[in-house]
Amino acid sequence: MKVIWQMFLQSAHIAKKRAFLTIAAIAWGTVAILLLLSFGEGLKIQLNKNRRAMGERLAVMWPGETTKPWKGLPAGRPIRPTIDDIEYLSARMPELEAVIGEIYSWRTALGYGAKVVNGRVVGTNAVYGEARKHYPVAGGRFFSDVDVSERRRVVFLGDEIAADIFGKGDPVGKTLLLSNSPFTVIGVMQKKTQMGMYGGPDSKHVVIPVSTFKALFGRERLNVLVLQVKKDDDMKMALRRVNELLGAKYGYDPNDDRVLQTWDTVKSGKITANITIGIQLFLGIIGALTLLIGGVGVANIMYAVVKERTREIGVKMALGARSAWITGPFVLEGLLYTVLGGVAGLSIAMVIIAGLGLIPADGNKVMEFLGKPTLSWQIGVATSGILGLIGLAAGYFPARRAALIDPAQTLRYE
Amino acid sequence: MATRHEEIRADRPIIEMVDIRKVYDTGKVKVEALKGIDLSVAKGEFIAIVGPSGSGKSTLMNLIGCLDTATGGEFRIGGELVKGLSRDQLADVRNRRIGFVFQAFNLLPQISAAENVAMPMIFGGVPAKARKERVAELMEKVGLGDRMEHKPTELSGGQMQRVAIARALAMNPDIVLADEPTGNLDTSSGGDIMGVFLDLWKQGRTLVVITHDMALARRAGRIVEIRDGRIVRDAAVGPEEGAASVSAAAGAHVQGLASTAEQAA
Ligand SMILES: Nc1ncnc2c1ncn2[C@@H]1O[C@H](COP(=O)(O)OP(=O)(O)OP(=O)(O)O)[C@@H](O)[C@H]1O
Ligand SMILES: [Mg+2]
Repeated sequence: MKVIWQMFLQSAHIAKKRAFLTIAAIAWGTVAILLLLSFGEGLKIQLNKNRRAMGERLAVMWPGETTKPWKGLPAGRPIRPTIDDIEYLSARMPELEAVIGEIYSWRTALGYGAKVVNGRVVGTNAVYGEARKHYPVAGGRFFSDVDVSERRRVVFLGDEIAADIFGKGDPVGKTLLLSNSPFTVIGVMQKKTQMGMYGGPDSKHVVIPVSTFKALFGRERLNVLVLQVKKDDDMKMALRRVNELLGAKYGYDPNDDRVLQTWDTVKSGKITANITIGIQLFLGIIGALTLLIGGVGVANIMYAVVKERTREIGVKMALGARSAWITGPFVLEGLLYTVLGGVAGLSIAMVIIAGLGLIPADGNKVMEFLGKPTLSWQIGVATSGILGLIGLAAGYFPARRAALIDPAQTLRYE
Repeated sequence: MATRHEEIRADRPIIEMVDIRKVYDTGKVKVEALKGIDLSVAKGEFIAIVGPSGSGKSTLMNLIGCLDTATGGEFRIGGELVKGLSRDQLADVRNRRIGFVFQAFNLLPQISAAENVAMPMIFGGVPAKARKERVAELMEKVGLGDRMEHKPTELSGGQMQRVAIARALAMNPDIVLADEPTGNLDTSSGGDIMGVFLDLWKQGRTLVVITHDMALARRAGRIVEIRDGRIVRDAAVGPEEGAASVSAAAGAHVQGLASTAEQAA
């Protein structure tokens, strides 16, 4: 080892420009892989966050028609659960976190003073606020069970529609004319970037107690039924149980899974997670290839060095250098270039990522979707690992060529 | 048993070759460069190898120097059978037993004369301090005590070859091998280098030198002539030849000898 080091020191000071170019190539590759992986990581985090913005562990069910005959009843009958079924199901399925029923009134006039906006009105029960992440801006609240049971005329606004109607002022406490009936605004939703949705973005609807909805619009059939389970694993069981209960009540085959068309976010979340892993892998491979090109550059230069020093190597062999003393310095050189390039690349990438982090994400649609590039320790470990391998290979293969030099041949032609 | 073995080894020639053959197989053609060489070199001998171009001198030298391996026959160096040694073992044999002097000097250009001389000792694991002392001693011995820090390019051909000789002696080898050591030098520096070899011989070193120059060859103790891969003559240099060479050498090299003797004292 000592001899390798001595040999390395003797040869290291020679080609500075070449060394610089090599290090730059590795640095560039490192920046590429780090940025790509960081973007992937940021995207993953953002997708996760955006996906969760709708609410977690939810299944959304749209009532439809039967597709199988059942106990003498023909196929093709519409099944329409009502407001009462919210209570009916939650009483029989205490294992659920929440049962939500929703009724919609589309393009409903929402007025304040001279301003009238058409928007979607959702009538639902109180647990909706928590389960569907309708968190109020400070000073407001979502409606409660009492609001529902007393059929109060209170309304919770999505943030965008609130701005459309009330402009910049705080709407809480003001009176909104909803389909010409006065409602008191009790809260406005905190802004959120929402990826999954049904019916429309949460920011653009207004929500009122389902009882008030029924009184105002005279409808009680649910447009949508939403379940929230306590753990992801409970979902399958819960979906079956709902169909059994409603199937018994309304007379349909619980195995007829078309009656309640279902969006199971637990299942689709897993798919999304797999897709993000796929994206990460893809970006990682592109990054690794870029780095590999840098590595090939290093190896090439080292090959050239070996070729150039063939005679020198032959002489050293004649003087009694063992293979390792010939190869060692080359491997060290390859590793050194890679480490220096890697450190340089890491520094550059960190500066770039920190710079991108300074760009405000609010109101920037691209950033809201892509998220901010994020360096994680896993990315660091993966990159170092790839760098190390490439560095070793870039030194090893040229070194092996050096070790295979035949001193008798090299010293022959004088 | 062990002592007896040692005894035998001590008496044994440094180089023993029996029916050595070398075939270069370049794929299409096979060149039979050596066709059965029997050669033995005793300690303290100075052998000149002569012969026409392409006769196999360098091939023989590479085999003796363990830079290459024979394709037939048996070869011992210092009693040690060379056949079947690994690359690294061969490297160790070269390091400990052999000092090379090449026609093209083959000094490493980026490092100083002193560092060149130290190189075999780095491979031989000689500690830095001993290395430094030895380098100074050797550079003095070849008359370049004041050129230690010069790069090879800053030296004349004759000086470079002296550095190479110092390097060859660094590990105090059993035998010094030189392939056309004067081939790249003018007559005067060539004669100088031959003088250095003669000094070494007088100090008891074993030398094998390839040369085209019969005048130089005649000053060795023994001439081996190779033709077409075979030894065609192997004889001690005759008294009249030897005497002539000694007297010719005397004037030119008494000075060198004297200075070496002074340093030794
Ligand atoms: N590596 C090799 N591959 C094929 N043939 C070779 C090789 N080395 C030497 N030869 C052949 O072997 C023969 C002997 O070559 P060698 O170099 O030993 O001759 P030489 O006596 O040293 O000649 P010179 O005086 O010109 O240096 C030649 O015919 C040469 O062409
Ligand atoms: Mg030759």
